[in-house]
Amino acid sequence: MKRLEIDGISKRYGDVIALADMTFDVRAGEIFGFVGSNGAGKTTTMRIILGVLASDGGQVRWDGTAITTDTRRNIGYMPEERGLYPRMRVGEQLVYLARLHGMSQANATAAMREWTDRLGVAARRDDEVQKLSLGNQQRVQLAAALVHDPEILVLDEPFSGLDPVAVDVMSQVLRDKAAHGVPVMFSSHQLDLVERICDRVGIVRSGSMVANGTVNELRSGGEERIIVTVPQARTGWADDLPGVRVLSQENGRTSIELAAGADDQAVLRAALETGPLHEFARQRPSLTELFRDIVSVNGESEGEKA
Amino acid sequence: MSAVWLVARREIIARARSKAYVISTVVLVVIVVALAIVSKLIGGVGSSDFTVGVTPSTASLAAPLSSSAKSIDQTVSTRTVSDEADGRAEVESGKLDALLIGDGTTVQVVVKKDLDTKLGNALHVMASQLAFSEQIKSLGGDPAAVNTAVADAKVSTTSLHPPHKYDSQQLVLGIIAGILIYLSLLITGQMVAQGVVEEKSSRVVELLLSAVRPWQLMAGKVLGIGIVGFIQVAVTGGAGVVAGLATGSLTIPASAAASTVIWLVVWYLLGFVAYALAFAAVAALVSRQEDVGGVVTPMMMLVIVGYVLGISILPSNPGSRLIEVLSMVPTFAPTMMPMRVAMGGVPAWQLAVAVAGMAVVIPLLVMLSARIYRNAVLRSGARVKLREAWQAA
Repeated sequence: MKRLEIDGISKRYGDVIALADMTFDVRAGEIFGFVGSNGAGKTTTMRIILGVLASDGGQVRWDGTAITTDTRRNIGYMPEERGLYPRMRVGEQLVYLARLHGMSQANATAAMREWTDRLGVAARRDDEVQKLSLGNQQRVQLAAALVHDPEILVLDEPFSGLDPVAVDVMSQVLRDKAAHGVPVMFSSHQLDLVERICDRVGIVRSGSMVANGTVNELRSGGEERIIVTVPQARTGWADDLPGVRVLSQENGRTSIELAAGADDQAVLRAALETGPLHEFARQRPSLTELFRDIVSVNGESEGEKA
Repeated sequence: MSAVWLVARREIIARARSKAYVISTVVLVVIVVALAIVSKLIGGVGSSDFTVGVTPSTASLAAPLSSSAKSIDQTVSTRTVSDEADGRAEVESGKLDALLIGDGTTVQVVVKKDLDTKLGNALHVMASQLAFSEQIKSLGGDPAAVNTAVADAKVSTTSLHPPHKYDSQQLVLGIIAGILIYLSLLITGQMVAQGVVEEKSSRVVELLLSAVRPWQLMAGKVLGIGIVGFIQVAVTGGAGVVAGLATGSLTIPASAAASTVIWLVVWYLLGFVAYALAFAAVAALVSRQEDVGGVVTPMMMLVIVGYVLGISILPSNPGSRLIEVLSMVPTFAPTMMPMRVAMGGVPAWQLAVAVAGMAVVIPLLVMLSARIYRNAVLRSGARVKLREAWQAA
């Protein structure tokens, strides 16, 4: 299976270390979510994959061989900084971009027609980009990433600024592309969305990949929590149970963290003894909680660097 | 199709469609055509084209008048009228500038109001010639032989460094060539700078650079705008020559006119490539159209200084030492050389030095500009310092 491998990429801007040994891979046919706080190094990583920026060390490989200018032309890219020629017509612009990626005039025109149809901007082909609404400009921007029928998709914040309908269109397009064997990688701050559509997720902090796996793997990696709703329990009812740490107890609702190997059945029995039991639920951390835990290790968010 | 050409083609289409380009081309053409017509009109007054009538009895004076007028660089045509009364009527109506009357042994003219000074001079020369001939005849000599002997008696000068004799038309041609190249360099240079910043400010540059190399993008832009500007110069220069020949204000040999146009094009190309590369590099330092002026002004000053020095010194002193030297310096050659070439008399070695200078500078600029452009073009926000753009990996 073809893989896009990012292997030990590093990058410094003067004294600032933007990336330190960034390593992960995106497999053909999967959607990879790339998350991290602002300034963690997502955009820098993507720019290096695209060759827009040079790395100080490390290698980007596609299908086992180091990526070159020619292979890069097969990547569909949506930069974080959206940009199209404002005074160029939508259709001409897409054809031009497709041709820059090496397509023939005829194929480029056909692809432009197909994508403007699919993304719902076919009626605006002859309009200048600057005359389109922001949402439609965003659709054209996505079309620009897709129009040359890329082998790989690298999208920086493709969902930001989209209305819910456009989010659905975009998600569907990404799924279709993945189903055709294209590795799709995108960054986003909308973690619920990432959780919903990504096969795998990588969390970045300070220029390195700190967690990487399927959503399930990541969620089960965290410590297990149990929510117990026992309205008549006295305060501190669970404090003495072995392997139990009480995170909170409010209005009869107790949140418990179980150490590895601790017996959840003992907790259940103790809960039943306090009186009526309304809820006993295992809770796995959401991606958002995981993300918060991981990125706020230092208790502060990282500085912005573009 | 290569990436460079794709980029160039986009530039050509985008520029050719823009109103600014179409309007500036039309304005330039109108200016040169107007110049040709105006210089013809002014020239028409200055060249003293007189028509003098002769009566049957003064018809013998027609030929001497023409030749004496010619000796003082005037053209006088003569026409025989049926009699003096008719001639006077034609002078009254303005068809004739003057009428020669009398018996042909003395010079008597009838004019409407005053005798034009230049025509008066011609007539005066003829009158003295007549008197002279009369005296020679009365002394038994042959006036024709004496005239030939006088005409042949010349001082023969051998000049060690013969100065170039500047033709007034070529001076005008030089001035026009200077204006053209100056305007073209400013217009196209500005186009390149704005084009670079447009891609930066609209952020499209990152998308483009994911498909093409920075040098391809820069080269395509310079090539495309260069072609567009070239068409403008060629159309304007061509219109000027055609208008000049058609109105008759341009009477220098066609080969001289052609060489002026060819050198104009060559210098436009050399100057454009050099300045466009420099403009592209400095424009890459800024991210907003408002900041373009600040970075391109120092470059523009070089174009302006070259032009202003050339246009203010050359017409009165075409052989100026200062201009001769400066016109071989690559920064000024593109503006000064075409003026000098149009005026004529540029030694081949000076032309060679100037062209060679450009041939050295352009590859250097290619490397320098490509590096600055590559390092600065993705850095949006505040203006990038030139030194940082040079150093950044």
